[in-house]
Amino acid sequence: MIRITGVSHRIGSAAILHDIDLTLPRGKLIALIGPNGAGKSTLLRLVARLEPLQQGRIEVDGLDLAATPTERLALAMAVMGQQTHIASRLRVAELVGFGRWPHHRGRPGAADRAAVEAALEAFGLAPLRHRFLDEISGGQAQRAHLAMTFAQGTDWLLLDEPLNNLDMAHSRALMARLADLVRGSGRSVVTVVHEVNYAAAWADHVVAMKNGRVVAQGPAEAVLTEPVLSALYDTPVEVARHDDRPLVLHHHWHDQLGTPFPEAPDAARPTVH
Amino acid sequence: MDRPALRLIAALLGLLGAASLVWMFQGLGGGNRAFILQLRGTKLAGLVVVGAATGIATVLFQTAAANRVLTPSIMGFDALYVLLQTGLVAALGVAGFAALPAAPTFLAEVAAMSLLAAGLFGTLLGQGARDIPRMILTGVILGVMFRALSGFLARVMDPNAFATVQAASIASFGSLDAALLPAAGAIAGLCTGAALWMAPRLDLLALGREVAIPLGLRFDRVMLATLGLVGMLVAVSTALVGPVAFFGLLVAGLAHGLAPSARHAVLLPAAGLIGAAILVVGQTLFERLMGQTATLSVVVEFAGGLFFLFLLLKGRVR
Repeated sequence: MIRITGVSHRIGSAAILHDIDLTLPRGKLIALIGPNGAGKSTLLRLVARLEPLQQGRIEVDGLDLAATPTERLALAMAVMGQQTHIASRLRVAELVGFGRWPHHRGRPGAADRAAVEAALEAFGLAPLRHRFLDEISGGQAQRAHLAMTFAQGTDWLLLDEPLNNLDMAHSRALMARLADLVRGSGRSVVTVVHEVNYAAAWADHVVAMKNGRVVAQGPAEAVLTEPVLSALYDTPVEVARHDDRPLVLHHHWHDQLGTPFPEAPDAARPTVH
Repeated sequence: MDRPALRLIAALLGLLGAASLVWMFQGLGGGNRAFILQLRGTKLAGLVVVGAATGIATVLFQTAAANRVLTPSIMGFDALYVLLQTGLVAALGVAGFAALPAAPTFLAEVAAMSLLAAGLFGTLLGQGARDIPRMILTGVILGVMFRALSGFLARVMDPNAFATVQAASIASFGSLDAALLPAAGAIAGLCTGAALWMAPRLDLLALGREVAIPLGLRFDRVMLATLGLVGMLVAVSTALVGPVAFFGLLVAGLAHGLAPSARHAVLLPAAGLIGAAILVVGQTLFERLMGQTATLSVVVEFAGGLFFLFLLLKGRVR
């Protein structure tokens, strides 16, 4: 499991996270949801060690992030951040191949090549394997980065808004693949999603954040309710049922035309619990 | 290394070898052959060291900066070199400057310019500043400061001393000091070996911080080591022939264009060989065929400048 204890984080004078205590269970597809500025990506970046831990403690399967060599952590969790631009002129297969670096440290073997092939196939990238990244679409590049993350073969996958740039079909296919990975091989996935219906349809566990705090967490059924979501996003939300799972309806509120954007995060505002 | 990469390296080695043979034996005549060959051999070694050091340093710097248009000179190395020369002439006078022992002066210059890299980048990284644009801006500001100091010193020195400064601070591939070569070659060789050893990590570094850290790269440490190597290689090149702004850009651009992949195990030797080959071929043309009627450094800089504009116009600035 990932155990986050007493984690607070500031950027300059702005407090981004406030004393977060959170346990993310193994073998689940976990969705982090919440409005812009809730601190979801910051929390994920702290676990991914892309930001220095200012306060608190984070453990991944018992490995203390502050005390474990980064090479060891790379064998425990793979990360796909929001910034996927790469200055090097790489082919798709080369990028995916980098996912095996923690295993071979520069000398790939047969198992590494097989893992890369499997990742290329899994993401429908085999026909694009020799194309340069600057010759493919944003969505295809996103899939290439995801394939690299998969090729890393870690127990934990941390994905920050992996559905960016993906069309409807590829978004659904990705969520289905993540669910397969969790249910088929017992791996654990933590993903930030903005469209809550992807969390509703696929997530086993949902963590809702607002203003740098965890305001609700638990099974999707328990978190994706009208009171929680309406308060979370400061907007009216209706939750229906589809395929025995929650279906969040919010696009059709036409009477909200002209409504100003929700206010910027305010730490003093009361939160839902 | 795969077959296309091996073919490229073999072709570049062949080109450099052929150019070196022409340089050594063309128009040898019937005079004191041993003396002429020694003279030519020394100069050839100097050209190879400078070309390889500049090419490798630029590829390394572009990897660290994640930008294919920048060169180390933008970090103020050439300006520091000019300031060092100006300061020495101002402090010692023309006679004193001319009397300085070559090798110790060279080592001092290498040390000073390497310290700039370590000090500048070490301080910035130590403070947690991970953004390359800020480092580059700091380098540009330092460059402006060094140039302003050089300008101030040049204004207060006598015309003869100023002429000496001018001669020492303009790039010249034709006047290499043989006494410097062993030390320069050793430093460049060690740095090249270290860069090749780091090649797989450099591939990861080139992916950027967001991708490289989750893959297990000790990003800041590799970045610092890379920039330290850049500092030493540029110091070697600049101290031997003077400041060259765009030559490295031309070499790195050709290396990226010709190499079949972005792997540093290919890019680094390719850049080193291309840099050396351009200088040997160019110097042969200018010295033997054109009878010194033009200066290689000017032409190389002109070609590099054109390439810089080409990159800008093609939108390859990243």
